[in-house]
Amino acid sequence: MLIIKWQCSECLFALFNINDYDASMVDQSKVAIAGIGETEYSRASGRSELVLTLEAIVAALKDAGIDPHEVDGLMRWSVDTSSEAIVAENLGIKNLNWFGDISQAGNVGAALVASACAAIRSNLAEIIVIYRGVNGRSGRRYGSGAVTGRRGQGLSAFSEPFGLLTPQHGLAMMTQRRMYETGITSRHFGMVSVTERFHANRNPRATFFGRSLTIEDHQESRFVVEPFRLFDCCLETDGGGAIILTSLDRAKSLRQPPAVVRAAAQHAYASSRDYTDTAAKFIAPRLWSQAKIAPSDISVAQIYDHFSPFVIFALEDYGFVARGEGGDFVESGQMSWDGGILPVNTSGGHLSEAYMQGMNQLLEGVRQVRGTSTAQVLDVDFSFVDTGIGTGAVVLEPDNYG
Amino acid sequence: MDKQKDIMIPEPLLMPVIEVEHSLFWESLSKNELRIQKCSNCTALRYPPNPMCSQCQSFDHTWELMSGMGEIFSYVVTHQPTHSAFRGRTPLATVVVELNEGPRLVTNILNISPSKIKIGMKVQIVFQKMNDEITLPFFELID
Repeated sequence: MLIIKWQCSECLFALFNINDYDASMVDQSKVAIAGIGETEYSRASGRSELVLTLEAIVAALKDAGIDPHEVDGLMRWSVDTSSEAIVAENLGIKNLNWFGDISQAGNVGAALVASACAAIRSNLAEIIVIYRGVNGRSGRRYGSGAVTGRRGQGLSAFSEPFGLLTPQHGLAMMTQRRMYETGITSRHFGMVSVTERFHANRNPRATFFGRSLTIEDHQESRFVVEPFRLFDCCLETDGGGAIILTSLDRAKSLRQPPAVVRAAAQHAYASSRDYTDTAAKFIAPRLWSQAKIAPSDISVAQIYDHFSPFVIFALEDYGFVARGEGGDFVESGQMSWDGGILPVNTSGGHLSEAYMQGMNQLLEGVRQVRGTSTAQVLDVDFSFVDTGIGTGAVVLEPDNYG
Repeated sequence: MDKQKDIMIPEPLLMPVIEVEHSLFWESLSKNELRIQKCSNCTALRYPPNPMCSQCQSFDHTWELMSGMGEIFSYVVTHQPTHSAFRGRTPLATVVVELNEGPRLVTNILNISPSKIKIGMKVQIVFQKMNDEITLPFFELID
């Protein structure tokens, strides 16, 4: 009988040398996610990325009960094609006090939240919309390298000629090395996919709602980029999503219960050339000291799963479990909504709900705080969202601030 | 070219674009030398090339001659030609080789079936001339 041990706060703080970080320096004025919106998820939306974006934003504003003319901040992924100017023009925004996009690739959801929080705390903007609208299946497909490929230019001159051409290649390289170092297996990855499919089967919005997946289906599926099998790879999705951030004070007066941003941390992706660890090992100390909680305090987690092994790597590198124990954690059912110690990707994640580059997982993180998920965890104290390869994470909580 | 001998040698999926700051790397490969940036101040090696040493922030560097010996650090095998460049080329193994001197290079291993590749295998460099400007650093197993 396998016994899963959570790392205790003491070991964890020692592991990350957490006392080096002064949490008292963090501004304590709270920001909250006050509205969420999304379109349907499909393989062919039949409309432009701008239309998907606007539909999602309008849905989120309606959810919050905010008039579009009140929005004074817009933020987006730099790979998003709908500029702040065209979105502002359509929404009729008169005062766009804060806008910007964050570069890298899909992995900037938490960085956008952190930036929006900083702007709101500094009174540079009052109501900020973070949006994502993408025809990721019918338009430019991430899996083909159409978005991220560099055609041998810059530093890609040293990798692309040999076949590191699409996002999955570098990530598969790290995965193979970690299999060698820690003994995790393809079967462990399969259990991530199977568990997420189980969650998607509870979620009528999910692409794979109503379609089951067994560990045998996973193990028999073809290799795409070895060690990634077909069912280790995320979906390609057309859809839109948006979240609305404002001060907690303002959020209290709005339509929905606020999802308070307890902590938000970010890191860039450059360190990945080690092919051994995700960036979570860099941001975990900051995240947990900012949140003033330990990983074992988290009730439910959404983890960026463009490829299933990265759920396991995040569990290990953020300190939920020790390095090398993530596979057993998953295989013993601990990430399942049905009886797991830490349910992960409760809407089906990028593997089975939709691949919105972290946006759909931010939405699910908020739903878990509100109590409206289709795989709702009881009594959520803290809802965790990793937005990609450990390069960013957010901790959300219900409004316990009087 | 000896067709028989070249049969397992991968042509590059696409050619590298040579940038001014990287030109010495490509010039030395054309002379069948693998040279890696070495910080003149703290002697740290760095690859791929960058303007600054991440250890001590010095811009000064030399191009240090490497032994060309190393071992396989990790690898992937592309089975599905997700990118058009892979058409007709799969399965293709892409490998990270850790040089004996430390730096890790992305490369391909010549004359071996992808299914035989394992982490820890000892390898040595093979210089493969592509054209007058570009010679690529591939590797092969040491018997």
